[in-house]
Amino acid sequence: MRVTFNVNGRPQEADDVWEGESLLYVLRERMGLPGSKNACEQGECGSCTVRLDGVPVCACLVAAAQVQDRDVVTVEGLADYAKDRAAGRCGTGACGTPLGEAQKWAAKPADGQTGESTEAGDLSPIQEAFIDAGAVQCGFCTPGLLVAADELLERNPSPSDQDIREALSGNLCRCTGYEKILDAVRLAAARGASVTAGEGV
Amino acid sequence: MGVTRNPTNITQGSKTKGGLGESTLRPDGTLKVTGEFAYSSDMWHEDMLWGFTLRSPHAHAKILSIDTGEALATSGVYAVMTHDDLPAFTKYGLEYKDTPVLADGVVRYHGEPIAIIAADHPETARRAAAKIKVEFELLPLVIDEETALADGAPILHPNRDDHHADHVTHPNIVHRQPIIRGDANEAAKRADIVISGEYEVGMQDQAFLGPESGLAVPAEDGGVDLYIATQWLHSDLGQLSPVLGLPEDKIRMTLSGVGGAFGGREDLSMQAHACLLALRTGKPVKIVYNRFESFFGHVHRHPAKLWYEHGVTSEGKITHMKCRIVLDGGAYASASPAVVGNASSLAVGPYVIDDVEIEAVALYTNNPPCGAMRGFGAVQACFAYEAQMDKLAAALGMDAVEFRQLNAMSQGTIMPTGQKVDSPAPVAELLRRVKALPMPPEQQWLAGDAEGRSIDIRDLPGALSNTTHGEGVVRGVGYAVGIKNVGFSEGFDDYSTARVRLEVINGEPVAMVHTAMAEVGQGGVTVHAQIARTELGVTQVTIHPADTQVGSAGSTSASRQTYVTGGAVKNSCEAVREKVLELGRAKFGTYHPAWATAELLLEGGKVVTDGGEVLADLVDVIEGETIDLELEWRHRPTQAFDLVTGQGDGHVQYSFCAHRAVVEVDTELGLVKVIELAAAQDVGKALNPLSVVGQIQGGTTQGLGLAVMEEIIVDKNAKVRNPSFTDYLIPTILDTPTIPVDVLELADEHAPYGLRGIGEAPTLSSTPAVVAAIRAATGLALKRVPVRPEHLTGT
Repeated sequence: MRVTFNVNGRPQEADDVWEGESLLYVLRERMGLPGSKNACEQGECGSCTVRLDGVPVCACLVAAAQVQDRDVVTVEGLADYAKDRAAGRCGTGACGTPLGEAQKWAAKPADGQTGESTEAGDLSPIQEAFIDAGAVQCGFCTPGLLVAADELLERNPSPSDQDIREALSGNLCRCTGYEKILDAVRLAAARGASVTAGEGV
Repeated sequence: MGVTRNPTNITQGSKTKGGLGESTLRPDGTLKVTGEFAYSSDMWHEDMLWGFTLRSPHAHAKILSIDTGEALATSGVYAVMTHDDLPAFTKYGLEYKDTPVLADGVVRYHGEPIAIIAADHPETARRAAAKIKVEFELLPLVIDEETALADGAPILHPNRDDHHADHVTHPNIVHRQPIIRGDANEAAKRADIVISGEYEVGMQDQAFLGPESGLAVPAEDGGVDLYIATQWLHSDLGQLSPVLGLPEDKIRMTLSGVGGAFGGREDLSMQAHACLLALRTGKPVKIVYNRFESFFGHVHRHPAKLWYEHGVTSEGKITHMKCRIVLDGGAYASASPAVVGNASSLAVGPYVIDDVEIEAVALYTNNPPCGAMRGFGAVQACFAYEAQMDKLAAALGMDAVEFRQLNAMSQGTIMPTGQKVDSPAPVAELLRRVKALPMPPEQQWLAGDAEGRSIDIRDLPGALSNTTHGEGVVRGVGYAVGIKNVGFSEGFDDYSTARVRLEVINGEPVAMVHTAMAEVGQGGVTVHAQIARTELGVTQVTIHPADTQVGSAGSTSASRQTYVTGGAVKNSCEAVREKVLELGRAKFGTYHPAWATAELLLEGGKVVTDGGEVLADLVDVIEGETIDLELEWRHRPTQAFDLVTGQGDGHVQYSFCAHRAVVEVDTELGLVKVIELAAAQDVGKALNPLSVVGQIQGGTTQGLGLAVMEEIIVDKNAKVRNPSFTDYLIPTILDTPTIPVDVLELADEHAPYGLRGIGEAPTLSSTPAVVAAIRAATGLALKRVPVRPEHLTGT
């Protein structure tokens, strides 16, 4: 079957989708967007967390057919999503992240030694905070945590530690012991507050 | 999509200028937060096939027949392979080559691979696997020491030819290591109190989040390119070459992104299977385990039974120790021999005890194979000896920390192996530091409301389950300290290799560091860049992807990579620097006498004297030249342990961490909330303080998991009952407390920069500290981890 839906603000379609395929499989294997991770494929670890019509969901538990005509935001589109949100733009229209740009890995030389990483200016505040706070080790939980943490800060810009723990309790991390992840969310919240107060970052 | 998704190359540019000692940020951080970082499960190739593994439903059975006909006839299936289809050598293994690539007429554990399938869609492969008909004849099971050593017990590996086969007392014993020093029986006569105890540690899983996965691409020269997540590329290569029947230079391995490891990627998983299917079909083959399969796809931490006896004088000095440690190695040897070496040689803990009798064994059983996991034999011992320390202190009426400090080892202490500890061993100081940290406030669930009317149940055991508002909740505090070795021990040639290139690119000096070190999340790539900046005075450092085009880096395990591959990078940088100075002397030596007389350094892109005088721009010195050196580096050699007495300078370095756990227990329901888990660790030199703290917190949390949550349940039929994150629970952010970390830096003069390997030590003492705190809260003996609610309520 063919599934048509919005990915990171742009309409996309996937062909020859088998009825049993998950949204996660279609994103990773059919659309070339492997940023959403496949740590358990059981809905237990949160590594595949994406926004589906704004709601954080485990992409492994969503049948691909369920997303027909709906909006999905993945980690690859998180920076643009945050930018558009801050600017009060979109929801619909020409905002979002083109698929080719989301597939940044594909633009890299296959075996070169000069692959430049994304410029820091392209990151959302939560992404920058994860790097700065040391919240990334192996990084496999990171995409799901970023989507979940970004959604938390969207509805609660100054969460308490208990609020953070509650919001991120569906995302397993095996490397960090979570302390630096808490630091990252606190940091992003603090930077957001200083921006709101007009103090600059 | 006409591109191959390959492992990510990392360039760290001018944004981060830091050298050693600074908390520079990860060079792969940006890629990891944008979703661009290419993990092994993200590999992709046009026209690739998907591999799938058919695994045994039985723990011990003879395979009477395998019928693959229907599976092969399935549309979309390209190949089905069994043991009969293997092209060359049919076994592999880290220490003994005892593990069949595909079952050879018998299966020895639940989940053992029997057949592999390649198909055009993962679901096609899965369904085809279900059509393979295997006829089994069940065999009697070996599940513990009793059944392993019983008269007439099935011998799981007859005709052993490994290097321990001759000295073990039974063929179902993988390895046995006694350590005898002094005279424990004689010393026991001086004891005023003798305490003995029996302890048990459950089977823990590494539970790395990135599943076993990779992509094998057949090459035109008849070889294969393998993109893989592993802990040691060259160890994999050495095992793959005979299995594939290919010389090592036809198997080109590149490290893909590794989603954690913790020991679980030391053994091969799908590497051989993907390569075999790729070579058979002539097409790229990707294999990705799901979480269910991952629980069967890698070895686990050895479950253990431990018997300990200690004596003390009434003044509190330990007189002697006797112990016996039985590790369940499961169906294949994996790293069991080395785990036995660690468990026995570290069984005494970080204490001065001159008279000891130690024995550790690992068994062959039909349980899941066990091997490396963070802490590697030392975790099991630490749980037991720390429980003994608390019992001894209680029997003496002494404070548990003071008792430990009274008996703590220090620099100069002789280990039971006869090895002198010749670098700082601040055991008493670590305990002092962790005890001195401020205590978390009592009854935090009432915080912010003096009346206690508003309760945040999220701060209570049971949390949002709303099982208590404070009634029945008792606080307990516990302490523990541990000792772990760093690096590969027992005479192993534990070297690493680093290639360093220095050249001018776009008018700027750029260093490239190329090693085969597996970056599994620990931050080795960050440290390599810091070392290169410090040694070569450059800002721009490129980390080349790890592959087998450069010499072996050894394993990313045993807390060894910063020490050993970090040491190799330092060594190669020093050699490159010498070349730079040679060039400089040739070009500019006549302009300044200091070229010949002064100690010269590379700093800030310049050649400077140790007095800080600038002699030349690095760019001017190396313009038009490329300095490119690949060198091996070795730490001090170690010795094997004597097989009878256990004597020998077996270890490279020791590492120490202490913990204080504060728990609150709902004593009615047996629910435990760990409130705080404070750590103090000596790291020698913190090359990257942010990463050091991250390692300590992460290791601490895995110890917490073993204390109260994590166990692979294996039933009496040797079958795994909980292969999922639904039933095998690892700590979430709600289960994990605040983890304050106090870092001590006492240099080890034998190690590069004085550093000490840090990754594993925090995983040791975390577990016994938490259990000691639960004992303090409940008064229960608690001889087994993980502690579950039923153990606290007697239900």
